[in-house]
Amino acid sequence: MENFKYLKPATLEDALSSKSEYGSKANFLLGGTDLFIAMDKGVIVPDVVIDLKGIKALSYLEEKDGFIYIGAAVTWTELIDSELIKKSIPSLWEAADLVASVGVRNSATLIGNVCNAVPSLEAGAPLYIRDAVVFLESKSGKREVSIKDFFTGVKRTVIKEDEMMTGLKIPVVQDFGEVYIKMGRYEGEDLSQAGVSVFVDKNNNYRISLAAVAITPVRASKAENFLKGKKLNPELAEEAAELALEAIAPISDIRSSKEYRIRMCKIMVKRGLTACVSRMETGSPALSTRLI
Amino acid sequence: MFAQSTFQWDYYECDTEIRRYQMNHMLKFNLNGEQVEVAVKSNEKLLDVLRDKLGVVSPKFGCGVAECGACTVLINDLSVRSCITFAVEVEGKNVVTLEGLQADGPTKIQKAFVKHNAFQCGFCAPGFIMSATELIAKNPSPDEEEVRHALAGNLCRCTGYQNIVDAMNEVAEDNRRGVK
Repeated sequence: MENFKYLKPATLEDALSSKSEYGSKANFLLGGTDLFIAMDKGVIVPDVVIDLKGIKALSYLEEKDGFIYIGAAVTWTELIDSELIKKSIPSLWEAADLVASVGVRNSATLIGNVCNAVPSLEAGAPLYIRDAVVFLESKSGKREVSIKDFFTGVKRTVIKEDEMMTGLKIPVVQDFGEVYIKMGRYEGEDLSQAGVSVFVDKNNNYRISLAAVAITPVRASKAENFLKGKKLNPELAEEAAELALEAIAPISDIRSSKEYRIRMCKIMVKRGLTACVSRMETGSPALSTRLI
Repeated sequence: MFAQSTFQWDYYECDTEIRRYQMNHMLKFNLNGEQVEVAVKSNEKLLDVLRDKLGVVSPKFGCGVAECGACTVLINDLSVRSCITFAVEVEGKNVVTLEGLQADGPTKIQKAFVKHNAFQCGFCAPGFIMSATELIAKNPSPDEEEVRHALAGNLCRCTGYQNIVDAMNEVAEDNRRGVK
């Protein structure tokens, strides 16, 4: 690995001005679980690494004015330990519990997962169904971007060279059920072969999102519109799952074949719909149930 | 020979100031209860610094990409993969390795591991014990499912998982009953 200049600013302003100074030669470091490996393999060779762990302003996790705010420094372990997340965003909590291993979750962050923008990102589907909004900040100003407009391709996002993703917000909703299902080969470090999040509220508004089966996470809007306002029954679930497949375009890779992903996505959407409706009706919490 | 040295020269020329300055650090942190000071480069791994510069060899280099858990150390009481941590990141923090855990003799978890023969080649054992220590600190009497979930990120090449889980079950059971 090439040597680099290591900066550990204490304030966000310092970090942003360093980033605008060095531009693409500088990388931000938080958990580093993705960055380190990329640097070790020589995929990324930054001249400057800006460690953000010294910035207290990035580690917030709170509910305020109808939104839950999650800062860039919040690790997966902090999300898992948070009662607020478990109660208010159960599918994100379930996804957090399935990310790699304890040792990785202790340092890796949710925002890092989003910024890395691999198609199989665990955070994708749970954030899509809750219409998260991400905060991007640079020396010259701030902007908010809907998560649906955030990803532009495999490892591509709308983040500009001098920008930092400082956090995100998720609207709080009442009386809902949601679930995240991950299909992976084994526990401990495997990336998902497919991930499905399903949401339903009291007025039978459904939201279905799938990750790892297209270049970015996707919302199955056709299936959502089909189900809108209807009370779920097995036949409807079957039809909706079939419609959900129109939104995806999986590839065959080392983890599974395209055909297997398509077949399993249908099953996952069906089980997800049933599970989240039952969770809404009974008010039962997320328990990290293995539905696959 | 000439071509090579020309290439080297170009290489250093184009990198100018950034690479030359502020790349070495005098790192100070608490290792196993003792304050240590060591000179490191920015790009050095914590694992390499521990093993090669500080002589702490219980963390092992396994996969090098955070998958196997053999390099697990505790940083501020949280288990972290030292193979993908820059040494400079631990400035001012508390780092604990197996050497620090067993400073006053084997811990309860280690004794249970010995009793259940939870080592075969033993390469993964330090990592397993660090992860297990973190689990027991957080949840003194985990059930088997919780043990398997927490240790899922540690791999044993000899596949001695059942003995490890048995040892952990005994520790959990003792803690449940209040046995010291």
